[in-house]
Amino acid sequence: MKYSRSHDVMQRVLITITIYFLVAFSFYLFFAGHNNPGGGFIGGLMTASAFILIYLIFDRRVANRIIRFSFPGILATGLFVSLFVGLIGPVFGDEMFTQYFDYFDLPFFGEVELTTAVPFDFGIYLVVVGMAMAATVTIAEDESKWKS
Amino acid sequence: MSSLHLAILLPFIAAIVIPFIYPLTKRLHTGWITMLIPTALFMYFVFRLEDTANGGYIVEEMAWVPSLDINFDAYLDGLGLLFALLITGIGALVVLYSIFYLDKTKEQLANFYVYLLMFMGAMLGIVLSDNLIVLYIFWEITSLSSALLISYWFTNKGSIFGARKSMLVTVFGGFAMMAGFILLYMETGTFSIQALIDQRDLIMASPYFIPAMILVLLGAFTKSAQFPFHFWLPDAMEAPTPVSAYLHSATMVKAGIYLVARMTPVFAGASEWFWIIVVTGLITLVWGSVSAVRQKDLKGILAFSTISQLGLLMVLLGLGSAAFTGETIDENLVYSAAIMTAVIHLFNHATFKGSLFMAVGIIDHETGTRNLQKLGGLMAIMPVTFTISLVGLASMAGIPPFNGFISKEMFFTELLQISSMNVSGVETWGVVILAVAWIASVFTFLYCAILFFKTFFGPFEKKNFSKEVHEAPLGMLISPIILGGLVIVLGLFPNLLVPTVIEPAVASILPHLPAEELTINLSLWHGLNTELLMSLGVIGFGTTLYMTYPKWKNLAIMQQDRDPFNSVYDKGLDGLSTSSEWITNVQMTGRLKDYFTYMLLFIVSLLTYSFIRSDSFTLSFTQTEEAPLFLYGIVFLTILSTIALLFMKERIPLIITIGVVGFLMALLFAVFSAQDLAMTQLLIETVTVVLLLLAFRHLPEMVQETGSRLRKSLHIALSASVGLLVFLIGTASFALRNDANFTPISEYFIENSYSLAGGENMVNVILVDFRGLDTILEVLVLAIVALAILMMVKLRFKGGEDV
Repeated sequence: MKYSRSHDVMQRVLITITIYFLVAFSFYLFFAGHNNPGGGFIGGLMTASAFILIYLIFDRRVANRIIRFSFPGILATGLFVSLFVGLIGPVFGDEMFTQYFDYFDLPFFGEVELTTAVPFDFGIYLVVVGMAMAATVTIAEDESKWKS
Repeated sequence: MSSLHLAILLPFIAAIVIPFIYPLTKRLHTGWITMLIPTALFMYFVFRLEDTANGGYIVEEMAWVPSLDINFDAYLDGLGLLFALLITGIGALVVLYSIFYLDKTKEQLANFYVYLLMFMGAMLGIVLSDNLIVLYIFWEITSLSSALLISYWFTNKGSIFGARKSMLVTVFGGFAMMAGFILLYMETGTFSIQALIDQRDLIMASPYFIPAMILVLLGAFTKSAQFPFHFWLPDAMEAPTPVSAYLHSATMVKAGIYLVARMTPVFAGASEWFWIIVVTGLITLVWGSVSAVRQKDLKGILAFSTISQLGLLMVLLGLGSAAFTGETIDENLVYSAAIMTAVIHLFNHATFKGSLFMAVGIIDHETGTRNLQKLGGLMAIMPVTFTISLVGLASMAGIPPFNGFISKEMFFTELLQISSMNVSGVETWGVVILAVAWIASVFTFLYCAILFFKTFFGPFEKKNFSKEVHEAPLGMLISPIILGGLVIVLGLFPNLLVPTVIEPAVASILPHLPAEELTINLSLWHGLNTELLMSLGVIGFGTTLYMTYPKWKNLAIMQQDRDPFNSVYDKGLDGLSTSSEWITNVQMTGRLKDYFTYMLLFIVSLLTYSFIRSDSFTLSFTQTEEAPLFLYGIVFLTILSTIALLFMKERIPLIITIGVVGFLMALLFAVFSAQDLAMTQLLIETVTVVLLLLAFRHLPEMVQETGSRLRKSLHIALSASVGLLVFLIGTASFALRNDANFTPISEYFIENSYSLAGGENMVNVILVDFRGLDTILEVLVLAIVALAILMMVKLRFKGGEDV
């Protein structure tokens, strides 16, 4: 992505703030998923759109300096996390992709529901972020010219 | 997770670990580490022997996909244990042998041992799993890993050819086998072998009986290189010799034998089963032994000899299936002797053929050639190899006092007994079977003699050998000596392993007979009877043929050492590639428009067919008046923007209009209180529009569609029919739901999502809890798409690459 309008300070400040909100909101969506609208898929897309904003507003080099991980790597990690959680079931003699949950009384937090669905969903979240960003960044960075 | 499951998975775990520790242990041969695995497993299985005594068995259950009745249930009985002992025992010896056979400085050892361990685990999985689908999965892993092992020296053209051939043939059989399993499932509703045995009567009465039986047998026959699928085995000899010794004599090819033995309680009793197996086995027996005589290559002889011996095992299993047809238990006990013979010969064959392959490997390794025309006079130079070969070949030829003699005599006993069996047609053909099997034995004797005398006797021509010929190092000799020792010991004390290993295996093939009655008493000398006379005849005729060998070795048929069935395979493969090239040329035009046309044509015709078949054309406008006015507004806007798309001449407005359609859809979702969907749709739309804009400058100029009037009208018709069909599906499903009072599946999720999964958001609970596998597979598709984009953009063809 090309560095568009470097002198537009207002735009950059505003969008920087927006990005913080977007990321925070995506985390909220991710964790709210079990009981409210949200979840790994939407959360991942929201995070991805925040990242895309970074790439749109700042130069690719700047963005690459801020976001220092490889998106295909994130994608693979996500797949592994989800698969790993799915394989817990057979080890305990249950079906594959059985999710476990229980309610725990933690100090300070009160009653909290802990479930294996959250790490599973986190894997999905990572895959979606990785997928969206890998596709976008690859296409954006492609410099070559196509002859029609 | 039981110890039995761990035993099956241990080789796979080791196969994952080996590549990581391989670089750390450059100075130590990787084989030494690998050897720990089969040795430990062998010890483990030896300690499990008491569990299977007297027909006992162990079942360890482990759920995998219970909704499809696919469970990783481990089942250990006498038959499974016999095979497990062979796989791990011979596996350990083969690994030991390979340490000296493969040079650690020159070879990619990590690859070799990874494939070998993969193969070992898959074989253990085949013989120890009770579930047919799990068995099938392991079955295909053996095909895959054996192809990898055959092509281990992948720079060699022959290796690749042999690997592809073995893979094509065995995988074809595997597919057929799976179809057979599915037919069995349709009839009985279970994939468990033991449950199938319990429902024997139901299967026998079913219309699927014959097709299922033939399909399963196709799998067994291709794997066990039965006629006419035998032609892959000689080409598989391109593999390193440890692989040949392991896969192509002791284990993989015996998977077919195992399958037939395992399925005997399910299918046996039908005369079709008896005749198909006996006839196929008999043809294989004769064809293999005759073809072996023609070979000039030591490993070629052994390959055809293996084919022939596998045929012999099949014949025995077929004869033994008569034990399910007798009227009384006593009658069945008489017929069961064939099964015993099969099991004993299976064990004997693994010992002598294993040692012979290793001996041939030593000759190849130390002289640099396997060509019979170059070899000769090795007796004085390689005395140990000579002795090993003598023992193995004598056993294979059926000469006392080795174990092959005992099982061969028992084979003759069965053949003599055949006409008294209770199977239709056996009275007329019994004599033919006897005669054919005897002729095969003569040829077996003959090729053993040729192999023996041509290699070790006669003049030693120094100029034939590219290297200094000497005896192999001690380490390479240990394994064949152990196997050869077993051949002698089991010949002199034939009952040594019978009560612990053989009898439980027989008992598990014949579960309907009382296990304590299935006793065997073997003896080296069993009196002067017809069998002994037949053996003497084999030796006499064999010797005569060998003496006259120079006279008839120039016959036309003797010159052709490649099997005639190879030409069928070659032609078939050529035809396959030309026809698929033709289809590709028709279908893959490189124009996106054509691809869409094909896909949509297929979808439309399939859906129309199912619509007509289920007779579900319904239109219902009963509930339309309840819809609020703004819904009409949204729908109208959606339609409007869709139609507007057709008239856009510029790309930017086009993208924006597509975005509008997407956002209107999201609005529709929001109206129907599907917040999750609405939010997903919104975000997806955003990201898509960004992507489209990014890819914008790569897109070609928009051009007016050209082409003939016919093509245009075809496209219009196709688009219209797609639209119409989608509309029909929508109205039909809506009308059917309201009129037919189907209970929506959402009821179940509404009731259970909080109690079973502890979540209030039903959509998300379905995604992560109830349909986790779906979700991960969908996400996998996304991942593949992302990787495909990466590949297409980053590794774009620059032209001129070799594709």
